[in-house]
Amino acid sequence: MLKVENTGAPVSFSPELLKQFDEIVKRYPKGKQKSALLPILHLVQAEYGWVSSPAMDKVAEYLLIQPIEVYEVATFYTMYFMRPQGKYILEVCRTGPCCLVGAEKIMDHIEQKLGVKEGDVTADGLFSWRGVECLAACGFAPVLQIGPEYTFYENLTSESVDQLINDLKKKANN
Amino acid sequence: MGRKLLLEHINVPGINTFEVYRKKGGYAAVEKALTTLSPDAIVEEVKKSGLRGRGGAGFPTGMKWSFLAKPEGVARYLVCNADESEPGTFKDRYLMTHIPHLLIEGMIVSSFALGAHASYIYVRGEMMPQIRILERAIAEAKNAGFLGKNILGTGYDLELYVQPGGGAYICGEETALLESLEGKRGNPRIKPPFPAIAGLYGCPTVVNNVESIAAVVPIINDGGEEYAKIGLGRSTGTKLISAGGNLKNPGVYEIELGLSCEEFLYSDEYCGGIANGKRLKAVVAGGSSVPILPANLFLKTINNEPRLMSYESLSDGGFATGTMLGSGGFIAFDEDQCIVRNTWNFARFYHHESCGQCSPCREGTGWMEKVLHRLENGHGKMSDMDLLVDVSKKIEGNTICPLGDAAAWPVASAIRHFRDEFEWHVTNASEAVTRNYGLAHYADPLTKAEAV
Repeated sequence: MLKVENTGAPVSFSPELLKQFDEIVKRYPKGKQKSALLPILHLVQAEYGWVSSPAMDKVAEYLLIQPIEVYEVATFYTMYFMRPQGKYILEVCRTGPCCLVGAEKIMDHIEQKLGVKEGDVTADGLFSWRGVECLAACGFAPVLQIGPEYTFYENLTSESVDQLINDLKKKANN
Repeated sequence: MGRKLLLEHINVPGINTFEVYRKKGGYAAVEKALTTLSPDAIVEEVKKSGLRGRGGAGFPTGMKWSFLAKPEGVARYLVCNADESEPGTFKDRYLMTHIPHLLIEGMIVSSFALGAHASYIYVRGEMMPQIRILERAIAEAKNAGFLGKNILGTGYDLELYVQPGGGAYICGEETALLESLEGKRGNPRIKPPFPAIAGLYGCPTVVNNVESIAAVVPIINDGGEEYAKIGLGRSTGTKLISAGGNLKNPGVYEIELGLSCEEFLYSDEYCGGIANGKRLKAVVAGGSSVPILPANLFLKTINNEPRLMSYESLSDGGFATGTMLGSGGFIAFDEDQCIVRNTWNFARFYHHESCGQCSPCREGTGWMEKVLHRLENGHGKMSDMDLLVDVSKKIEGNTICPLGDAAAWPVASAIRHFRDEFEWHVTNASEAVTRNYGLAHYADPLTKAEAV
């Protein structure tokens, strides 16, 4: 179970973000705006890095639904973070087919390289990592993805992971 | 060399763009369907083709379509299931990445056949790059007049939308998918009513896998009868197989159903055998949910006939000695792999992904994970194997959706076929922990040179 003190600062969505919400709601029949909940939570997470409870309350207000309807969804699906994460979240597939070709070693390597346990954030705030379930890329295993764009990295080795982490550090410092 | 119906043009540069796809004959099925065929005639062609659902269950697609209720004045929906999450399966990701217009074309033809005017492609949230690819493809198709109002001047209107999931295996189950699309938790619904009667927003709905919808394109282009000539018996047409694990050439392959398992595994046209010159120990032929088979039973049936890649041949022998084609998620295990560790991994997966609605699944998957964890880590008991089988039997068939069965089968089959490897983990606990691999004596005695 997640141990969450999910608070976070009050939020007010920017007009640009609200415009994106409006576009999504148009996809569904009148009165079925709740269908926009999952896509909107993705947009909120892309904007803030996680989904805070004030943000969920605002989403409920926007969609004309009860806050609990947002909480129950946000906590059910694994992609939504209930607490702040690193700027880059390395999500490594940990399911059977990836483990046949070394996913566990990749996760050990990432833990050692970043010096933080699964789910924790590095001191500089740049990285966090976790194992996730099958990412549907078993033929190119081991694999990891990095949100919010969910860029995909395939056929990982310790060296390619080192390279990736170094590149991201450079990118963040520029 | 097998015929390619879906991946024929996969290597053409730019085939992911509308322009190149169209030049290669793309959208001909839309033109043919909308201007020369009636919706009922399209359903009839799909029925004749013998196409069976490519998501895993293998239910005849044409029959599923014919169940769709058509009450006056009520909207109907087509929803494409692109929530590909079954461990071992990655064909839909491949198809959407490289040839997205094939799915869009199939969606237009299928929506027309079903009388839908708004259709959704529900893509698992992790596939954001594929969502962007599909959205671009939809915009291109709309720009060319294949989507939107009055398509090709026929008076038929269709809007196509891409919906992201939120990261939940259970949403691959069609009623959980519909719940999720309505903005709720992915809890499967009790059936009946089936989605064909009350699906999305309570309206009649068809949910089809990406590959099933893509297959409608060649069926309309060539005719259902032509499609049915490919394949073997009731396994008609071609199937995308996602090949992963310890293979020399992992990847997505389009095969004619009925290809021999030995050829698929060892021929250089397909998987090219086991990586690093090792021997094959076991195979999961249709995604993690189907029973695992030791090498000998995968290559030959219990009656010593060559096993074929078809719905019927793979399930020959029932669960005692057979398995299922499932989603075509093909996972090969080499002689060094530990079946106990893999079974624990799969059990953890199902425990993690259980939606929690039904107690047998919610509690049972957790028990199985814990017992397998202690076996793998040197604390197992000889009675654990019977305990696991007992728990799996109490989950199987006792849940609203098939996730319970999917969690029970891999555990029960691993113990059925590899029992002494489990026992070895109890009798040689310290060795099992340090060595971290299982027994090799199940491995196929064939080396690659002796095979095909």
